[in-house]
Amino acid sequence: MIICVKDDRQAKWNVMLMPSEAKGCNLNVLECSGLVKAFDELVAVDDVGFHIAEGETYGLLGPNGAGKTTTISMISGILESDAGRVMVAGKEITTRTTDGNAEIGYVPQDIAIYPDLTARENLRFFGKLYGIPKDRLGPRIDEVLEVIGLSDRGDDRTEEYSGGMKRRLNIGIGLLHEPSLLILDEPTVGVDPQSRNSILESVELLGQSGTAVLYTTHYMEEAERLCDRVAIIDGGKIRAEGTRRELVELVGQRDTVNLGVIGSAHRLVEDLRSVSEIQQITAAEGSVEILVDGASRVLPRILEVAQEAGVGISGVEVVEPNLESVFLHLTGKALRD
Amino acid sequence: MRASFIIAAKDLSQRIRDKSAILLGFVAPLGLALIFAAIIPDTSSFSFQAQVAVIDNDGGEISATFIDEVLPAVQAEGLLEVEEYSSAAEATAAVEEGTLTAVYIFPQGFSDSLQSGGAATVEIVGNVDESISTQIAKAVLDSYLAEVDAVGVAVGTAMLSGGADVATITERTLESGAAVVLEDTAAENLELDATTFFSGGMAVFFLFFTVQFGVASLLEERHYGTLPRLLGAPINRWSVIGGKAVTSFVLGITSMVVLAIATTFLIGAEWGNPLGVFILMVSGVMAALGIMAMVAVVAKTPEQAANYQAIVAVALGMLGGTFFPLSQGPRILAFFSKLTPHAWFLQGLGDLSGGRGLEAVIAPSLAMLAFFVVTIAIASRWRGEVLAP
Repeated sequence: MIICVKDDRQAKWNVMLMPSEAKGCNLNVLECSGLVKAFDELVAVDDVGFHIAEGETYGLLGPNGAGKTTTISMISGILESDAGRVMVAGKEITTRTTDGNAEIGYVPQDIAIYPDLTARENLRFFGKLYGIPKDRLGPRIDEVLEVIGLSDRGDDRTEEYSGGMKRRLNIGIGLLHEPSLLILDEPTVGVDPQSRNSILESVELLGQSGTAVLYTTHYMEEAERLCDRVAIIDGGKIRAEGTRRELVELVGQRDTVNLGVIGSAHRLVEDLRSVSEIQQITAAEGSVEILVDGASRVLPRILEVAQEAGVGISGVEVVEPNLESVFLHLTGKALRD
Repeated sequence: MRASFIIAAKDLSQRIRDKSAILLGFVAPLGLALIFAAIIPDTSSFSFQAQVAVIDNDGGEISATFIDEVLPAVQAEGLLEVEEYSSAAEATAAVEEGTLTAVYIFPQGFSDSLQSGGAATVEIVGNVDESISTQIAKAVLDSYLAEVDAVGVAVGTAMLSGGADVATITERTLESGAAVVLEDTAAENLELDATTFFSGGMAVFFLFFTVQFGVASLLEERHYGTLPRLLGAPINRWSVIGGKAVTSFVLGITSMVVLAIATTFLIGAEWGNPLGVFILMVSGVMAALGIMAMVAVVAKTPEQAANYQAIVAVALGMLGGTFFPLSQGPRILAFFSKLTPHAWFLQGLGDLSGGRGLEAVIAPSLAMLAFFVVTIAIASRWRGEVLAP
């Protein structure tokens, strides 16, 4: 399935290959099931389970306090779970096991670097802990510094870095040992727009390189941009899971196609009434708004009708129902509540 | 174990880089040892000499023996200097002015009274501002009179039979040596000279500050947010604590060894048998490690831990006698000082410095290791919180 989505930041059209076709046959890197964690009376995570395939980016979308960090702390082997099981690359993960941890790259929400060490020293320390061979460590550090854009600042102490640079190094440490599963816990919190975009692009590249990524966020836009599948989590429970489209369809939302027209908008509206998938059409001066089920599927037919009607098209925008509205529908509250 | 050394290497490079460990582990203790050794005289060579006078209104055999036989013998030991005064009033006035430590006043009929089995009193007027010297003067007379009293019956019997005389009593008194020996509150252990005392004292005092760098860095890991990263790494999570312990141990031992070498060559401190000293150092570092770990686990932040640890380090250091010899304090202080590793360390060092062999460090080392075992056992009750992400 190919869909066209508008990327507002770059003002261009992107073509995205949906994961159900591209990655559906891949093996699961992460499998977790029945995860439970309570802190005294508070059940922070309640029977959470999901899987992530090789090369897949999986999002945990939920507001602050939803249980995202607790979930990934258990998956990373940092926090003991009260119940449940975590398998990464076929190896069980608990707080007592160590074998499987090398398969995981963990990027905590808070910046976790040593300020009195340089970026290179930070990377070298964690590289040694993860058992990267000595002859491989130096070149790998250079590679990671290149990827995170800190090659020219690698020998500076990180206390001299900007917040964005620290964030990038924070991610770089997680990437250093080339993990099968990269876990990113809200990596863009408190980051300037430029660094944020850089981080998101890095995550996109990781997915393309075959790394499985578990990405937690409470930013709907990030989940929509990065994640092949998303789990909506709230109150420690996963409320729904699937691709963005699956989630949207779950709550019966429709796409909106906005056409910029040159010529008679009313003529076009009349002709489009023959297209059965169209649910609602609204004409305005120089534009037509169309509510439709499956815009990507119907859009070619809409453009064809416009051409037959002799109406020029100056622009096309497809607005899909977003995860914010899905979250609102499922939990009764907004993501940033 | 490999992970512990990696963590320790990182910690040590951080400590060396921020110079805090160098300052507290080497510069401060060495500097203070040098200063104390320079400004405080050697307590082992302190001389207390009493200036005394005798007013003999008795003129009898016992007072005459004290004046002619006992005092010259004690004077020869350097503890007393006998000065001439013509009257009790003149001598008492000199005591009040501080030019005389004490005056012995033998009353008329003193010897006759004692020799006839009666009671008699010698008056000593002493200077309250020179309590030690006055006590020496009093001790000399006490010892002589105690001997006279102890042998009085036998002497009386012997004199009646012509078998002994007062000279015999005098001879026995002087031979006993009791009159000229001051009680040593540290008699069961050998005392350190001032240079070695302050070198060892400062080394063990600052050891607790040096060791806390490693222990408290676990809280720094949490502060920096790196603790979850360490816990998520493919290493046994006890390696993290092990790394901190290795850091503390290396810093502590290095600090003490460097101080021992430096003070030996710079100010002539005599630490004693090197192997024995090293055993004491290892035991001391372990004790400090345990105590500082126990203090650190109750803290929530690195700053809080540093404050708690500083309080404990100073309190234990003071109680343990690192700033002044316990032999110069009250006996109860010497007793309570045994509740600190510092006192045990200094006791072992004193014995080694005094020439005793390795057997001298067994008890102090075991005592210090007991501190380690007990405090680590207490600290481990909080291990869950310590390793919480």
